Amino acid sequence: MLAILGLIVGIVLGIVLQPAVPSVLQPYLPIAIVAAMDALFGGARAYLERTFSDKVFVVSFFSNVLIAAVIVWVGDLIGVGAQLSTAVVVVLGIRIFTNAAAIRRVLVHA
Amino acid sequence: MPDDVEPGVATGAADDVPPVADDAAPETSADASGSAERGPVTWRELGHDFIRPGRGQVVLAAILLVVGMALVMQFRTNTAAAPYESLRRSDLVQLLDNLNQESRRLSEEITEQNELKQQLESGAGQEEVARKEAQARLETLRILAGTAPATGTGIVMVIQDPEGRMTADILLNAIEELRDAGAEVIEINDSIRVVASTWVTTGSDGILVDGRLVRTPITIEAIGDPHSLEEGARFRGGLVSEVEGQRVNGSVTITRSEKVTIASLHTAPTNQYARPA
Repeated sequence: MLAILGLIVGIVLGIVLQPAVPSVLQPYLPIAIVAAMDALFGGARAYLERTFSDKVFVVSFFSNVLIAAVIVWVGDLIGVGAQLSTAVVVVLGIRIFTNAAAIRRVLVHA
Repeated sequence: MPDDVEPGVATGAADDVPPVADDAAPETSADASGSAERGPVTWRELGHDFIRPGRGQVVLAAILLVVGMALVMQFRTNTAAAPYESLRRSDLVQLLDNLNQESRRLSEEITEQNELKQQLESGAGQEEVARKEAQARLETLRILAGTAPATGTGIVMVIQDPEGRMTADILLNAIEELRDAGAEVIEINDSIRVVASTWVTTGSDGILVDGRLVRTPITIEAIGDPHSLEEGARFRGGLVSEVEGQRVNGSVTITRSEKVTIASLHTAPTNQYARPA
């Protein structure tokens, strides 16, 4: 309930305030969002498996986002930014699917 | 245990060992070992947590708030901003490179096409010039061959021969003298065009030129420089002195004219053997 409320408030705030992304961070925001989604799915799975800890969740969330962005940034510096961002998206996508599968198994037993 | 009927999907490896090590999901193994015995969260527990959120949900809500904002921001920059604004520098450089290459290729094509256009235009011009030259040559040759009428400065020479002693030799000499003097077109008696193949002989009735009888007085029209032509006829021992001498006893009248028009034509026979080489 609170979580969904937070999401809705965040979206509304984004629409109302229209915050501008700093242009330096702009290329890394999509990757960061994918990393955040991965962390969220991981958190949901941990909650359903009774292994959730808010401290670990917060730390893993921010480290995930940060590492994803840093990987792409480093890739940009050494000239393989596009390829590395693809790699990050692929890996995170696989993890999201894995977590989603585990969540589904717990919730609908299938 | 809920997972008795487990499909052999690749992702299914996780259920026997609940704390999956490779997950970003926060697993505190100390916690997990204690709570894992109770099995996964049931729907009822989920509903309970939904209505009475714990401390974890506050954190989750805060994080979801941030993610939501980020999502909206990204969505807006993706749709509203210019398509190139969010591209990486290397992508932009490559894009620019491609465009440069394309523009170079296109400008090369323009140069090529311009050259082709110029070639075609100059070709058309050359063709026109060649056509005019050919036309001019055709005119000259037709005058020379006697198949076209001609006009220009020249003389009109009238040979009176009251005693009828004029011979073909004298007429032939007259023609030769006129040619030597630069006559370009010669006509006898307003009807016979003198050309390269013209022949002069003596027939039973008199002088024949190209098979036609020439009656006296003989009128010879010639186009050329009037002064040269007259001198060519009048020189000592030439045509005039020969005609006016003892042998013929005739008279010659020469009139210079600014405009001598020769209208009679020579019909060139079709060559039976000769072909253009």
